[in-house]
Amino acid sequence: MEVSWGILLIILGTALVTFLPRVIPLMVLSRFELPEWAARWLSFVPTSVMAALVGQEIFMNDGEWLLSFRNLDFIAAIPTFFIALKTRSLLATVLSGIITMMLLRVFF
Amino acid sequence: MGQVNAQMETIPATQNEDTFLKGVKDCIPTLLGYLSIGFAAGVVEKTAGLSIMEVVLISLILYAGSAQFIAAGMIAVNSSATAIIITVFFVNLRHILLSAALSPYFRHLSPLKNMLLGSLLTDETFGVAINKAAEKKAISERWMHGLNLTAWLNWAVANMAGAYFGNWISNPEKYGLDFALPAMFIGLLVLSMISRKKIVLDIIVAVFAIMIAVGVSMIFSSSLGVILAAVIASTLGMVIEKWK
Repeated sequence: MEVSWGILLIILGTALVTFLPRVIPLMVLSRFELPEWAARWLSFVPTSVMAALVGQEIFMNDGEWLLSFRNLDFIAAIPTFFIALKTRSLLATVLSGIITMMLLRVFF
Repeated sequence: MGQVNAQMETIPATQNEDTFLKGVKDCIPTLLGYLSIGFAAGVVEKTAGLSIMEVVLISLILYAGSAQFIAAGMIAVNSSATAIIITVFFVNLRHILLSAALSPYFRHLSPLKNMLLGSLLTDETFGVAINKAAEKKAISERWMHGLNLTAWLNWAVANMAGAYFGNWISNPEKYGLDFALPAMFIGLLVLSMISRKKIVLDIIVAVFAIMIAVGVSMIFSSSLGVILAAVIASTLGMVIEKWK
């Protein structure tokens, strides 16, 4: 049941930077509204962050560019992507991704 | 019309119906989905080297699905605390939008009460609350607490269960569990795009973000790649949209 200082620092730091955007708009926006350009910029943040993370996960391995049929992450991403489109369910997407990867590891 | 006026006048009465317990009940449809994601997060966190106590703390204090996956992934490769905190900041910046969208429905509460409600805001609780808001002008504080606390405890239990499970899986890769993280990102990407009606623009932004992220990661570091991709691709989307 040990907790290391390094991990605790990471937990508290990430929690703080998550807490602020969660509460500040609720606390202050009853008084004024977000400028239009800011709202517009923010509306693109989820897509760009998630795309960046997906790109790093499936096209790279240990900092190296990796686009080949030996890259199982890339192959598994294709059916996972279509299942996400089809089902619009996070649960179905994660489960099918895990199962796809498990099957790929059995065959390759 | 008369009905609408009557509803506005009886807001205190309506709030009496929207009790804490009603909030708990309204949370139930989301529980299964978050139970499984939380379970996967617990497994990933455990296999990244966190102790069970650390998994409990991160799920209760940070309480953010994608951020926990990212933190676990970065801890596993020994990223610095600063890089992890900056990356999580950008990943969770989207909460500004959720929080701002809910703010009109909590104008009857003090800033301190709004802070308490906002501290447990997630994509799922936002989804439930904004649907609730479609029916009325204000959301009851007790109802929101019921919703929030149920989702929060469910998340911690799921993480803990995943961590225990991860304890006796010596080789998570064999079962494809290492792909839970990329699959979750793919799911969140697709969901964030199809919930908006800007598919072409979103695809342009996504492709740019991927190119920036991969390019910067190869030269500098992967966390800088995410940060620059978020800032540059979002600015590009904003500018293109403004032009049209």
